[in-house]
Amino acid sequence: MTSTVSTSEKVGESSGARGQDVDRTTPLLSVRDLQVHFPLKRGFIVQREVARVKAVDGVSFDIYPGETLGLVGESGSGKTTAAKAVVQLNKPGNGSVKFEGQELVGLSTSAMRPVRRKMGMVFQDPYGSLNPRMRAGDIVGEPLKVHGLADTKEAYREQVASLMTTVGLSPAMAERYPNEFSGGQRQRLGVARAIAARPSLLILDESVSALDVSIQAQILNLLQDLQEKYNLAYLFIAHDLSVVRHISHRVAVMYLGKIVETADAKDLYERPLHPYTQALLSAIPTPNPVHERSRERIILRGDLPSPLAPPPGCSFSTRCPIATDICSQTVPELKTLAPNQQAACHLATSV
Amino acid sequence: MTSDSPATSSPLLQVRDLRTSFNTPAGKIPAVSGVSFDVNHGETLGLVGESGCGKSVSALSIMRLVPNPPGVIESGEILFEGVDLLKISDKEMQSVRGAGIGMIFQEPMSSLNPVLTIGRQITEPLGVHLGLSGAAAENRAAELLEMVGIADSRRRLGDHPHQLSGGQRQRVMIAIALSCEPKLLIADEATTALDVTIQAQILELMKNLTTQLGTALMIITHNLGIIARYADRLNVMYAGKIRESGTAEQVYMQPSHPYTVGLLNSVPRLDRPASERLDPIEGEIPDPANLPAGCAFAPRCRWATSECERSEPALEQVGDRQLVACFESKTVSDSVEIAWK
Ligand SMILES: Nc1ncnc2c1ncn2[C@@H]1O[C@H](COP(=O)(O)OP(=O)(O)OP(=O)(O)O)[C@@H](O)[C@H]1O
Ligand SMILES: Nc1ncnc2c1ncn2[C@@H]1O[C@H](COP(=O)(O)OP(=O)(O)O)[C@@H](O)[C@H]1O
Ligand SMILES: [Mg+2]
Ligand SMILES: [Mg+2]
Repeated sequence: MTSTVSTSEKVGESSGARGQDVDRTTPLLSVRDLQVHFPLKRGFIVQREVARVKAVDGVSFDIYPGETLGLVGESGSGKTTAAKAVVQLNKPGNGSVKFEGQELVGLSTSAMRPVRRKMGMVFQDPYGSLNPRMRAGDIVGEPLKVHGLADTKEAYREQVASLMTTVGLSPAMAERYPNEFSGGQRQRLGVARAIAARPSLLILDESVSALDVSIQAQILNLLQDLQEKYNLAYLFIAHDLSVVRHISHRVAVMYLGKIVETADAKDLYERPLHPYTQALLSAIPTPNPVHERSRERIILRGDLPSPLAPPPGCSFSTRCPIATDICSQTVPELKTLAPNQQAACHLATSV
Repeated sequence: MTSDSPATSSPLLQVRDLRTSFNTPAGKIPAVSGVSFDVNHGETLGLVGESGCGKSVSALSIMRLVPNPPGVIESGEILFEGVDLLKISDKEMQSVRGAGIGMIFQEPMSSLNPVLTIGRQITEPLGVHLGLSGAAAENRAAELLEMVGIADSRRRLGDHPHQLSGGQRQRVMIAIALSCEPKLLIADEATTALDVTIQAQILELMKNLTTQLGTALMIITHNLGIIARYADRLNVMYAGKIRESGTAEQVYMQPSHPYTVGLLNSVPRLDRPASERLDPIEGEIPDPANLPAGCAFAPRCRWATSECERSEPALEQVGDRQLVACFESKTVSDSVEIAWK
């Protein structure tokens, strides 16, 4: 029995999110002007393109080794589509994706295979993303087989056992099937599988969103441990902005296919410059009744516009509390308004 | 039932020792096992806890909507305006649903009928409970849509649910739930599926409307922030029982049950400086069909003693309006105070 609680009050000197312990000399992943457009087709015999969804429309970002980039934005803003385009699961229409210096756009499937070994993915749904007919051990070990990383049966079994231990599961559970695991345990399996081939980048698409908070906290701690141990980089997609602040070094905010603001996590949360980021942060209720009752919130009007017919000019202008005439006429470019902080807003000013 | 409602000083709803269970192939699941709480006129009460702890089953029991089989309300009393809802006829219960207690569910798509227009779905309860029909019902329906912030309301009455966004569907659900001016509105994870900016819109709307109409509100959610912002009082549930209860200030500022402390330490918080690491509750929720003896939280509790593994602590008063079910609650709240400064 312990008689003290350690709490989230334990902070280092920095008031921001994760410390500046990332070496930003050479990016691991460099994405430039990425575009993914989905044609909307109609017609019974001859399918004609009637419209295009610009799901990802000119997105650029870098991720450095050992760094977490948090990607946030409302449902349909293009987060998953962008992530899939990075691993070439969506063929981007335009733009460049460089991983360890190598251009991935245009690579053949066979040329992509050795690259994909270095990019693991963990998805949202801890129930749907694991093959229900495979044993846990084989789910975790499959990438080892695919990429020929275990020479002998013995080595394979050892590596699977060590992977399971790494994510906090007993190796004895290797014989079980996914339905015999809880949601949190399944997500641990997903993580073990994603790191099996020793990737340098993990793409985590809403990987903790469906979990209860106590289990979510366990997985977040695990992800931080693994990052430290293997210098893993994360592209961390989530809609929970408090989770994103906790895990991210940098954050990019998406709205209707575009990045509208990007900054170091600390700066973005302390001093959001884009009105959408401000509204998003203001919308999050905190578990603090005193704080909540004394706080004014920015309540946005209306819904996200249809991606088939985005408004002219700034796509946020229809819901923006401060929009003026220029906002519905000209598309704002991302401008550097503070060190390491960029926002795409006509009205945001440098600090 | 409305004409002889008792003085507003007595609680609107009194749940007493409610027990609801499910008979499944894996055994009997005691989903709600001895839950008691009150909802006062016009107040907002929060019900919080992780998935499977019995929040929805509590709400469904109050509405007498527990699927049977496999579910049974085994015992207890649910006094609404002094009348035990577990003793009245199905027909009487029908009029309580809607006119007395309105409910909004998590899935707006599954609770709206996809083949009927929005207008039909709003006017129907108006006819059943208030006897409105024809143009009168239609006018009232348009008014209600306007009240929940749906523009161009008269034209929207002809729309089908799939023509609306998730947020708009949830607004329609609120309009329907409030259409007959119930005294209590139960919102079960009503905004969980929505984006945060839409979630904020809907919650502010719900809070403002219930305040205006004097409707009591029961917010069920696993989101600690939502409860902190909107609820006057809250109940924290774990494995079928209320473990802590009090005003929002008491429970968030001086939590006295280890589970409440664990929940609060598990979430990253925007109201505090960022932390390097979270301090989660260890382990996982127990199998509901095989709950441990004694306190069901003991296997995950850092304060647990051998007594906790043997006997079950009762919910007892620890402060002015704060109730806690824990043998070690004094130690817990003292050490939280030290740690949180
Ligand atoms: N295969 C597809 N065909 C057509 N449109 C698509 C396809 N995949 C995605 N879209 C559209 O692209 C846009 C972006 O979708 P995406 O799934 O990337 O959003 P997201 O930001 O991941 O949202 P969520 O938070 O809901 O997961 C949406 O308008 C979506 O409807
Ligand atoms: N229709 C059902 N059949 C069997 N078990 C059920 C059913 N509905 C709920 N339960 C069980 O009752 C318990 C409480 O569930 P619920 O009230 O839905 O939890 P929550 O707090 O997430 O709303 C859980 O163990 C759940 O599995
Ligand atoms: Mg997505
Ligand atoms: Mg529920």
